[in-house]
Amino acid sequence: MIEYVDKIREIAKKILEEKTVDVIIGFKKGTLPLMTEPTLINDAEKTDQLYWSSFCNMNLANYLPKRKEKIGIIAKGCDSRNIAVHIVENQIKREQLYIIGVPCKGMVDRRKIISFLDGKEVKEIIESDADITVKGKGFEHTLKKDDYLQDNCRTCMHRNPVIYDTMVGDLVEERKDPDPYDDVKEIEEMGSEERWGFFSNLVKDCIRCYACRNACPLCYCPTCFVDESDPQWVGKSIDHTDTMTFHILRAYHCAGRCTDCGACQQACPIDINVRYFTRKLNKDVLALFNSEAGLSIEERPPLDTYRPDDYDKFIR
Amino acid sequence: MSDKIIQKQDLPDFLKSLKKTYEVFAPIKENGFHRFKPLKGEENIDLNFTNTRLSPKSLLFPQSERMFEFNLDEKSADANIVKEAPKDYPPAVIFGIRPCDAKALRVMNVNFDNPEFRDPWWVRRMESMTFVGLGCNEPSSTCFCTSVGSGPFNEEGLDVLLFDLGERFLARTLTDKGEKLLDEAGVKKDADSAIKKKADALKEESEKKISSKVPTDKLKEKKVNDLFNAPFWDDVAFACINCGTCTFLCPTCWCFDIQDEITKKQGDRIRNWDSCMFPLFTLHASGHNPRPEKVQRVRQRFMHKLKYYGDKYNNGVACVGCGRCVKYCPVNIDIREVFKLMNDL
Repeated sequence: MIEYVDKIREIAKKILEEKTVDVIIGFKKGTLPLMTEPTLINDAEKTDQLYWSSFCNMNLANYLPKRKEKIGIIAKGCDSRNIAVHIVENQIKREQLYIIGVPCKGMVDRRKIISFLDGKEVKEIIESDADITVKGKGFEHTLKKDDYLQDNCRTCMHRNPVIYDTMVGDLVEERKDPDPYDDVKEIEEMGSEERWGFFSNLVKDCIRCYACRNACPLCYCPTCFVDESDPQWVGKSIDHTDTMTFHILRAYHCAGRCTDCGACQQACPIDINVRYFTRKLNKDVLALFNSEAGLSIEERPPLDTYRPDDYDKFIR
Repeated sequence: MSDKIIQKQDLPDFLKSLKKTYEVFAPIKENGFHRFKPLKGEENIDLNFTNTRLSPKSLLFPQSERMFEFNLDEKSADANIVKEAPKDYPPAVIFGIRPCDAKALRVMNVNFDNPEFRDPWWVRRMESMTFVGLGCNEPSSTCFCTSVGSGPFNEEGLDVLLFDLGERFLARTLTDKGEKLLDEAGVKKDADSAIKKKADALKEESEKKISSKVPTDKLKEKKVNDLFNAPFWDDVAFACINCGTCTFLCPTCWCFDIQDEITKKQGDRIRNWDSCMFPLFTLHASGHNPRPEKVQRVRQRFMHKLKYYGDKYNNGVACVGCGRCVKYCPVNIDIREVFKLMNDL
């Protein structure tokens, strides 16, 4: 994936110089080896700050809502789907965007590498197409990227951007029908008490920092329900009921809109996989409405539409 | 001050004897990361960490603290009277606290215990606690404690400092509290001069290992307005998603919000951590928000830590260089870069 860097810089420079766009939203190299930083570039001379690696794990669609300029945006498969969701939900106009598509073979989960190294610190990484070499004091390991992918990337069915204006490389092969919901099925099989226990345990250490919500492109409400103060719907302490209320309600707000980009999980400072909440909803929306979020800019999300010929009587 | 020896193989017995007198908090690895938890019995204390993911500040300043309780039942004799929530402050030890985190408690102390205000819960906990520090043999590349008035074996805020010398610890008592603690635990063996030399060498070696440096020398002389209006804030703030990771993981962030929670007629007044990253932090009752945009909130966080704190208390910066925000910011906003931008403006 690293080979995309030159192409991204070249395209960004060109469209800024030609004034196709006013700004570029992309990634720059992180100050730590396993990190990158979202960045806004408005000067063609600064496009060499743009960077790409297997650690571009945040979803850049998160930076679009309410922007007024013409924007060039770097988008992997999931980012492009969230851009589509934004367009459908009137958060940004298609005409405002020049989408630089990045075919994606999956993002590497820094936590999996850190966990593999068991406390040893990565000082340097070298990426090739399929491998990543991590170096530190007294060690050097070459790891297969596929073994260290983010969980959501392992089951991703839309690695190529769904909408784009230009592409930085050849399309990558999409996965052939993995079953993306194995883990969800395990939870479905639990009894209600066991399931409640599972989710209670999942968020028991949550510190209510809202990194999951804020990393999520779907969470653009001007005031989130947990931040309402008049009336206040949810308590502010780390009381379990309040924490659960936050996570469950947030997940339901994302039903039929979530692309499983994994930004929430990646953002969590204490490694909670909040995707367990949203993935069940994704699975249900697929089963009930044959719909996956963000595949088209024409269709409204299924929980946001009404059809006179709906198969459920209660809604007719 | 004295230098004693604790053999590593005797550590379980040492902790056991501490537990007779104290509640002992120690680093425990759970769900993949370290944090301070009360040692109950069977858990394994794990000293193989650089910094605990969550700082020990919550032991003195809990994320949610019930301060008062009240009763809204008019029929009751104590209706509408706010009473302090009863609490115990048993003698406690924080075992294995890193010097930066101990220093952080001193940074916070000027806010919670000063001539103007004394926060009763903070003060009582501080008094009841003994801090047994563990020096850092292998600081992380994100550690910059030596630039901000601390160091891998800094003594400030500690009662005992442990030097990990392989088979044994050298335990240096720094206060009467520390002397008392080692005495109670039956640590008697004095360190000989060869071992003391080893400890000093370890300290020196560790300080050299701190590869990350930040400049702070010009922060004091900068004008607040020049920093406030500096051209770099938009750029610093762009990636920020305004979550509370940096402030909640930070060992020196102390901001809080006070809320009343009422169930039927029974009410609790609770103090919760708050974060200057959240829009609600500054939202006025009128609906006006003096910091409506994220760039203002990001600027506030750095200005408070690196400028306002120093100007107000003349006590350095409100950062101890632990590197937690550097490591766990989901979008890699790196305070070390902001030190450079502000200091070198």
